[in-house]
Parts: sequence; structure tokens; C-alpha cells
Amino acid sequence: MEQHYQHLYEMLSQGVGYVYPNEVDLQWGLLIVLYPYITGLVAGAFILASLERVFNVKTLKPTYEIALLTALAFLLVATMPLVSHLGKPFRAYEIFITPHSTSAMAIFGFVYLWYLMVVLLLEIWFDYRKDIVLWSQQEKGIKRWLYRVLTLGVTDVSQKTVKWDDKIGYFITVVGIPSAFLLHGYVGFIFGSVKANPWWSTVLMPVIFLFSAMVSGIALVMFIYMAIHFLRRQKIDMVALDTIAKYLFYILILDFTLEGLDQIHRIYEAEESFEILSLLVSGRLYLTLFVFQIFLGTLVPLLVLAVLQFYKPKEKTRRILYLVTSLMVLFGIFFMRWNVVIGGQLFSKSFYGFTSYKLRLVGSEGLLMSIVWIVIPFLILTFLLWLLPPWKKFTKKES
Amino acid sequence: MGTKRSEQSRREFIKIFAAAGGLFATSLIDPFNAVLFAVEKPADPSKPWWGFGIDIEKCIGCGRCANACKSENNVPKEPFYFRTWIEQYTIKNDGTVKVESPNGGIDGFVQTVPEENIFKAFFVPKMCNHCYKSPCVQACPVGATYETPDGVVLADETYCIGCRYCVQACPYGCRYIHPEKKVVDKCTLCYHRISQGKTTACVEVCPTQARIFGNLNDRNSLLVKFLQEHTCLVLKPHLNTGSKLFYNALSGEVR
Repeated sequence: MEQHYQHLYEMLSQGVGYVYPNEVDLQWGLLIVLYPYITGLVAGAFILASLERVFNVKTLKPTYEIALLTALAFLLVATMPLVSHLGKPFRAYEIFITPHSTSAMAIFGFVYLWYLMVVLLLEIWFDYRKDIVLWSQQEKGIKRWLYRVLTLGVTDVSQKTVKWDDKIGYFITVVGIPSAFLLHGYVGFIFGSVKANPWWSTVLMPVIFLFSAMVSGIALVMFIYMAIHFLRRQKIDMVALDTIAKYLFYILILDFTLEGLDQIHRIYEAEESFEILSLLVSGRLYLTLFVFQIFLGTLVPLLVLAVLQFYKPKEKTRRILYLVTSLMVLFGIFFMRWNVVIGGQLFSKSFYGFTSYKLRLVGSEGLLMSIVWIVIPFLILTFLLWLLPPWKKFTKKES
Repeated sequence: MGTKRSEQSRREFIKIFAAAGGLFATSLIDPFNAVLFAVEKPADPSKPWWGFGIDIEKCIGCGRCANACKSENNVPKEPFYFRTWIEQYTIKNDGTVKVESPNGGIDGFVQTVPEENIFKAFFVPKMCNHCYKSPCVQACPVGATYETPDGVVLADETYCIGCRYCVQACPYGCRYIHPEKKVVDKCTLCYHRISQGKTTACVEVCPTQARIFGNLNDRNSLLVKFLQEHTCLVLKPHLNTGSKLFYNALSGEVR
């Protein structure tokens, strides 16, 4: 407690101008930055997977399962930063039992469960069902048991049933696309609907969140796809990689345009909050907004991807460029979330001053804990890739 | 002729269908009261509906109200937690505004701007606005924050999950997370006192009657008289929160 007060006295001394006394204690820290970031990665990865399935972009086939498993690995962790950030984490279940219908936050649990249980798990299960059955017959030891459980007792792999698997899988993907839009548009609404906060309160927030989610998810799958092939010392399918890069390019343009529109609108209307917000972006947010998010996270990747659309250097150079670009985009979107969540709390609602945010190293809200929440999805993904290796799928071998 | 008639009946059919469809769509809106939150009506007019008035012209910035509130309601003594606090506004001759609230005004104020530079200066006590379309009640994901039938916005500490969404949703900075309880805490309008017929702690100690507590449904209450005799405004009216905290002599600089 003493440490907490000490921290607050330090923040009080770093404030500029006037902030309401209750605002010195900044409410949402790094963990809440991670929440939209991780959820966005899930939605984006899923939408990339759907491109192959629903819109029939055949060149993306090699990334389909990787994208789905990535989405699952991150979705399993998505709520953890949220729950661990609660003042009373053990009361989190109340959101499910007595959701308050007017709250933009209350429905998240249901949207999340729908997405996890109905969309993602089912889609993956139907996609892998035949393989799971065959693996449960071939493999030995613990793996055999795991696969047996995963078959859920359905072992029919006749051509007719497999065809049905495919049809149902297709249907789930079709339902899944609006669900992915819902999942992340909804996260945007949680912020966009706070009328007390002019930095958040914009009708474009859900749309911006959605497109930035797609950008980050596609970049993540691109990175993981390259990493997996590097680790397995396999040759990368460059056509697939070029196609992902093409989509990343298009959606990055859309995302940047939408965010630009939002800011231009804000500047042109220049409402009551305009002065404090312009001081915010030119001051406390300068580095994270202009340098990290816009320059390194958007403009440089856009330029690289644009050049690669017209001029194709040799494969090795392209691979390196894609690797760097995907990491820069992931970096940029992280800071986009940062600028929304932290940025929205750095100015006082009195519009007369600024509070301060200092990231702590340890503690449940600290940097180390946040790194743990970012690393865990990769461990889950490793496990999923061991359990359900896309490269060992029978359907793939046959085709 | 035949084509004409069938076209006409088709038109009729479409009309009826559209009307029925419209009716069906409107009937669907009802369960979505969530979306129409901003039109909720106040409670039964025969029962009390509590509100609050503050006369800025009378406030001398002594800080006794903020102090009494902390003692009465066990608010942590550190200067980051207040159910009510006082702000000192100083408008300088060059038009710039200086706002201060050291320790919420509990220890009194020192004017740091030289007198010859001051255009005008005044004190503004702040507290929960007990809005009847309150954004905090709307935002709470579990319904731990609620409005009582007599118009007081309360938070149930045994139920709050500590998500802090209401703190973000309050435009007036009136909520904080209790450092020990880890749940939200806010002005209760001294509900434990007013339900026994007493007045709030802050009103009780105010030496200049700058604070007026009263029943908005009672034409003879002090508060209604105060509203009749003064030109009162609420804070941030454009946010349409239905604030029931009325200020006399509220200057445009106050936010």
C-alpha cells in the first residue's frame, strides 16, 4: 500500500496543469493495452484464414491452419490480462451471471464465448476431424489417447462424412467472419462509447479497431508462417507469402485512411477538447503516436509493401523485407492500442492538465507480467502445432 | 387491365407488408432499452427525488465540507481519493485560467497569482452529480452501480468487480478505486444520513450555506427555492447526463 501511495505522490508531482484529484491514479495500464491488442490479433488471424476458405484465395492455403491455430492460441489468453487487472478477479463470473444490459462491457464474455466455442473450436475440429481419427489409429502412447479424446467418439471417415465436414466447416467460416467483426468491433465500441472521453468517443472507433485488428493479425500470421518454416528448415511458399503481403498492404491502406479521417475530422471540428488533445499528441504522445505508430508502424511498412507490389527483388531479400515489415506492423499496432488506452487517460477530463503514466517493472500490472501474457500464446501455439501439425494433415497429402 | 390490377394488389401487399414489418421492427426495439438509455424517466413524483445545489457566490473555500466527508465516510486520507473536493479558479487578466485543488482544498487555499494579475477568482466545490441518466450506471457491466428510486447513484461494494469502467465513464472525475477495498467508491449523498431524515455531512458543516441538499419533487424544499431564485446550470450539459447537481453563478471556465 505504502508503495502504491509513493507511486501516486510521484505521479502527482509529474502532473502538468490541473487534473481532478481522483484522476492521479491512472485506471487502465499496460494490461488493458494488451487486451485489445491480443483480441485484435485473434480477429485478424481468423479473417485471413477465412479469405482462403470463403473467398477462395487458393494461394493462401498453406497458411490456413496456421492462421486458425494462431487465432486459437491468442484467444485462449485474451481474457487473462482483463481478469487479472480486475480489483476483484474472483468476482469476474458475475459478468456472465448478472450481465447489465446497458453496459458496453457486459456482453464481452458472451461474444468471447461464442467466438471461442462456436466459431473457432468447431471450425478447427471439423477441419482436423479426419486427421484426428487417423492419427488416433497410427500414433502411440499419450498422443494416441489425446487424439482419441479429441475425436469425441466420432470415428467415421468415409468420403461422404468427410465431405460433410467440409460443408459444415465452410458454413462455420461464413458465420465466423461476421463473428470476428463483432468480436473486435465490439472491443472498439467499449472505448468508442465512452462519451466522457473525447479521445475515445468517436463513432469510427469500432471500425478503426477492426481494420487495425486485421492488419495486426495478418502481420502476425505472416511472421509465424516464416518462423515455422525457418525452424522446420522448410522452403517457404513464396506465392503464399506474396499474397499475404498484398492483403496486408491493402488493409494497411484502409486502416491508415480511416485513422487519418478520424483525426482530420477531429481537427476540423475542433470541439471543446481540441486544445488539450492537440497538446496531448504533440507532447506526451508524440513518440508513441508519430514515431512508433505512424512512422515506424505504418508509413515505413506501407512504403516497403508498395514497392514490393511493383518490384520483386530475389526471394531472400523479399523474405527479410517481409519479416521486418511484419514485425514493424505488429510494433505499430501495439502502440496504436497504447495511444488509445493510455493516451485517453493522460489528459484530465477537466481539459486543464495532464496526468502521468509510469510503467512499473514488477507487479500484476507491470512489464514482466505483460511479457508473460504475450509469451504464453506462443507456448500454446507450439503445443497446438505439436498436437495438430498442419504439415502432417492427410487431406493435404492427397491433394 | 389484368396487369394493372395485379400490380395494384402487389402494391397493396407491399404496403401492408411494410407496415407490418415496421411494427414488428418497433416492437423489437423495446427490449433494446439499452440503446435508448438516454430517455429514461425520473421516479414517482410523490416520493422524494434528491438533488443538490451549490452557490458558488457563497463558497469561501474553507475546505470543511471535503474534510467532513472524509471523516464521515472513511475516505482514505491520501490526496488521491475524494468524494467531494473544492477547486480554486483564478481567471487572470490575460484570460488564462489557473485551477488548483491542493489536497482537495481540505487544508485551505493560498492564492499564488499576484493580486494585480487577477481578473476574478472563485471556488467551485465538486462532487458526484447524481445524474439520472448517469454514464457510470450505464457502463457498469454487472449492475453494481445503480440509481436508487429516490435518485441517488450508489455503488455496491460487495458486488463491484473493480473493472474501473465506471471511473472512465464519469465525465466529472467523481469516482475512485478504494486502495484497500479494490472496488469503486463514490459520494453516496450520505445515504445513511438522509434516509434518517438528516442532511449530508458536507451541508451540515458548511459555514456559509453554499451547499443545498433537497428534494426536487417538493415545491417547498430549500433546493427548489434555490433553483427558482437563481440562474442555475449543470456541469458539461452537452453530455446529457441528467445531472442533478445545480450551480449558481457557474462561470464558463469551469469544467
